[in-house]
Amino acid sequence: MSDILVKIRDLHFSRGNRKIFDGISLDIPRRGVTAIMGPSGTGKTTLLKLIGGQLRPDQGSIEVDGLNVHQLSTRKLFELRQRMGMLFQSGALLTDLSVFENVAYPLREHTKLSDAMIRHLVLLKLNAVGLRGAADLMPSELSGGMSRRVALARAIALDPMMIMYDEPFTGQDPISMGVLVSLISELNSALDICSIVVSHDVPDTLSISDHVHFISAGKIVESGSPETLQNSKSAWTHQFIHGDADGPVPFHYPANPILDDLYQEGK
Amino acid sequence: MFGNLIDKIQHLGVVTLGSFQRLGRAGVFLLEVIASCTDLLVKPTLLVKQMFSVGVQTLIIIVVAGLFVGMVMALQSYYALVDFGAEDSVGVMVSLSLLRELGPVVTALLFAGRAGSALTAEIGLMKATEQLSGMEMMAVNPMRRIVAPRFMAGVISMPLLATIFSAVGVLGAYVVAVQLLGLDSGAFWSQPQNKVDLYEDIYNGLIKSLVFGLIASWIAVFEGYDCIPTSEGLGQATTRTVVYSSLAILFMDFILTALMFSK
Repeated sequence: MSDILVKIRDLHFSRGNRKIFDGISLDIPRRGVTAIMGPSGTGKTTLLKLIGGQLRPDQGSIEVDGLNVHQLSTRKLFELRQRMGMLFQSGALLTDLSVFENVAYPLREHTKLSDAMIRHLVLLKLNAVGLRGAADLMPSELSGGMSRRVALARAIALDPMMIMYDEPFTGQDPISMGVLVSLISELNSALDICSIVVSHDVPDTLSISDHVHFISAGKIVESGSPETLQNSKSAWTHQFIHGDADGPVPFHYPANPILDDLYQEGK
Repeated sequence: MFGNLIDKIQHLGVVTLGSFQRLGRAGVFLLEVIASCTDLLVKPTLLVKQMFSVGVQTLIIIVVAGLFVGMVMALQSYYALVDFGAEDSVGVMVSLSLLRELGPVVTALLFAGRAGSALTAEIGLMKATEQLSGMEMMAVNPMRRIVAPRFMAGVISMPLLATIFSAVGVLGAYVVAVQLLGLDSGAFWSQPQNKVDLYEDIYNGLIKSLVFGLIASWIAVFEGYDCIPTSEGLGQATTRTVVYSSLAILFMDFILTALMFSK
């Protein structure tokens, strides 16, 4: 079995006239936490949707566990997705089902387990994210952080080989953030799986990652371990990690010289 | 000036092409939905749940509207017929109008406004909150679990609602014509008994309502599934559901009437 779980080669993807990926290639190992980082709007979420087969690339290939995602039949793709978990930014819980039923949903859909067995499994998964006591609540009664933890319990319901996290820390208070950071790290170690974390939250993401890829303007800017990247000589990487207002990513959106614009307005 | 004209022609071309593309997408979508309905045989509870929210919860507006339409029809036809001494025909006139036209059409228009808009909003909101994407990533096809049950519930509910609308309408007409205006009860009931034909009137009315149910449900679920997942996009989709459904129902009513009742 190859150590590489996700193999992306020469990936091109555009939305309208806007190029999102311009020939990126990267490997994601079978074990450990891999972070995909970059400024907002660089296509990090799009990359997860491409890996999950929800979007189709213009050119290039994505292999997951040796299977070319975009050449699979719908049935085979759905079989592959049963081995993938995905945590959406919003949680994406089904709002008409309770917390318990949300976690039970993939089990009821894809297994023929008895109700008693499903109950045991769901309670164990909810216990793993610390929300066994919230099993009877509805999604509308949960905070943002709790919703993501329930979604995480649902994502691990079928014991997947990989979990993709789409901006898991966005909009979280420090305590929820700490809980999610340690959950992602601990679940990854306990389940010994591949976790792909897409985020622009530098310190927390680097603290739990084994491998990091920085993406900007449709290209991979730099890859390596968190330590390597923190000591990188690249001006772009330095600006991103330290959050500098100006640098290779300019403060000003491209525009004409200000005097030209002001003069034209006056005329 | 020419540049402006060319821009307008170009815009017209873009809009026309966009409309045809959307129509094509809606056609493919309908085929996918129909193919996905086979799952409902395995999981009928999905359909029953949707029949409740699409059908049963629309019942009140249908009953109330049916009652008043029947009552108004009785009043109007009584005043028109009494001058000719033909007021005994109020019963048959109201019955035929309801069974052939008003039952299916008014029910479908009310359905599009009440249930159709709700379906669009529900599916559109599920899209905006990534619930549909979440299902896809759980290897669950939202077409089978979300769209197909709602579509089929609409198709099945419509003829039942139209039947109830017509029945309540005739009762409303009876109350006005017999109880208030003093028409003979026997005359009121016997004429419809003789004149209303099972095939030509009742079955044709049911076929109409089935077709309207299909159109209204198709438009509602497609608009929800295809909407731009923002609050503005959702609002526009809901409006389009009501407008397109109403126009499509009235257009199809003309076509079906011409086919069914032409001599």
